[in-house]
Amino acid sequence: MTGLIAVFRKEMAGFFVSPVAYCVIASFLFIFGFFFWANMSFMSLVSLQAMNNPMIAERINLTDIVVRPLLQNMGIVLLFLIPLLSMRVFAEEKKSGSIELLLTYPISDAAVVLGKFLASALLLLIMLLATWPSMILLFGIGDPDAGNMLTGYLGLFLMGGAFMALGVFVSSLTENQIISGALTFGAALLFWVLSWSSTLAGDPWGTVLRQLSILEHLESFYKGLINVSDLSFFVLFTSFFLFMTFRSLETYRWRG
Amino acid sequence: MIEVEGLTKYYGRLAAIRGVNFRVESGEIVGFLGPNGAGKTSTMRILTCFSPASAGVARILGMDTREDSMKIRQKVGYVPENVPLYEWMRVRNYLEFVARAKRVSASDRSAEINRVAESVGLDQVMDKLIRSLSKGYRQRVGLAQALLGNPPILILDEPTIGLDPKQIREIRQLIKSFSHNRTVILSTHILPEVSQVCDRVIIINKGSIVAEDSPSNLMKSHGKFSRARVVVRAPDAEATELFSGLPGVHSAHSVAPAENDEVAVTVESSPDIDVRPALARAVMEKGWDLLELRSLQVSLEDVFIDLITEETEDQGAPEDQERKEETA
Repeated sequence: MTGLIAVFRKEMAGFFVSPVAYCVIASFLFIFGFFFWANMSFMSLVSLQAMNNPMIAERINLTDIVVRPLLQNMGIVLLFLIPLLSMRVFAEEKKSGSIELLLTYPISDAAVVLGKFLASALLLLIMLLATWPSMILLFGIGDPDAGNMLTGYLGLFLMGGAFMALGVFVSSLTENQIISGALTFGAALLFWVLSWSSTLAGDPWGTVLRQLSILEHLESFYKGLINVSDLSFFVLFTSFFLFMTFRSLETYRWRG
Repeated sequence: MIEVEGLTKYYGRLAAIRGVNFRVESGEIVGFLGPNGAGKTSTMRILTCFSPASAGVARILGMDTREDSMKIRQKVGYVPENVPLYEWMRVRNYLEFVARAKRVSASDRSAEINRVAESVGLDQVMDKLIRSLSKGYRQRVGLAQALLGNPPILILDEPTIGLDPKQIREIRQLIKSFSHNRTVILSTHILPEVSQVCDRVIIINKGSIVAEDSPSNLMKSHGKFSRARVVVRAPDAEATELFSGLPGVHSAHSVAPAENDEVAVTVESSPDIDVRPALARAVMEKGWDLLELRSLQVSLEDVFIDLITEETEDQGAPEDQERKEETA
């Protein structure tokens, strides 16, 4: 446990001494701000039109027009940004050779992997929490569905965590950060769009593809549901890649 | 105490080390000597539990590196080649991280860090970024991280590589100062380092141990000739002719052109004979002036080159076969 905490703290410090984490968080928040503004403008436009039509007015609300599309957009933004955060996690240490020392300290490989992953996941959480001030503003001007908003954030966090685990795994395979980032992005995008081709594939492969697709499992969270099967998909996805990272460290030792 | 039996490490089909056996008693400083690619780093990586061996056993303090890896890691301080550190950290933060990683308890941590920092002379740079330190200081940080947790065994891979002569001397002194009540294995290809620092030398080449002894014994037993240097005031040709004729002498040749009638001659003789008395007598009988007469030490370098070329003569040039040498 001490080892895990040591690795976790070092990783956290590592994110914030380099400008990388700041730049990624800044881009994320900037884009979030842009979409927030765009959705709010759309909302006010729709509201103006709805003033003459009570039928429509009843059906428009902040959750459907602002919150949900915003979170959906941010999901795609995370798809782009997470590889930038995960790419250095192991690749940098392999390049500099510091991993050799790290792996000779009395820390289990599992603690190294978990410490690194948890630090990355915390960074993701910080990034998501930093968008809350805007979301809280919404409660001042309207009545968005808080539960739906929270499940949406939970979905984003789970998805981000899954991609982060994937990224950490890819990072453990190479000492080149660019390769690590590029492959993570490619793999994550593939998992994202997998369901698009599911209708073409026909059964049973169509079902398999749909079940493997991130987008498919994210949908229920956006809708305000916490579905056990979707929840377990993300947990399994994340655990699988963390386990693969663990094995990858083991083979790295053998080759070392 | 370190015991290694039949240690073998393959990288794919290439053997980095093959059936290496040696023992290091507690309190010894042992130099691991060998050309680049001989298998020094591979052996050290197995001992530090970074990498598992393909075959054979390595025991540290009676514990097997495979079974008691975690316990061993707490007992071994390691400085890898080129000292890979976290460049972006400050020295103090880095040492805090290492202390935590090595499970130094929270209450002892800062005292332990200060103790180690002082012992390696880091107290002045504790708040500097590691990136900004000179190579000598980085090496000290490397030593400091190895010493945290007070491990009884230190394993140092090329601890003086890339340092300037002054830094080399300082680091060597530091290593010597830590070696009381510690077992130290250090690898190097700088030969004087071994004779200055180590009690014993293990020479490794192409993955196998070729010699193992104290530096002085190695120098004694591995010289093909014992050599003496004589400087006399005499005609060059006559002097060399006289000396080569003496019993036990293999050859004599002048090494420097005569200057003010002085001639310097190197005499090579069988290692078991001291030819100096005979040389002195011969000079006296001729009535020449004897200006200098001393035996020349066979350097460790000669022994080293001797040992590693003996092995490689029939296997091609050693440079072609880097560390991952193909097995037959």
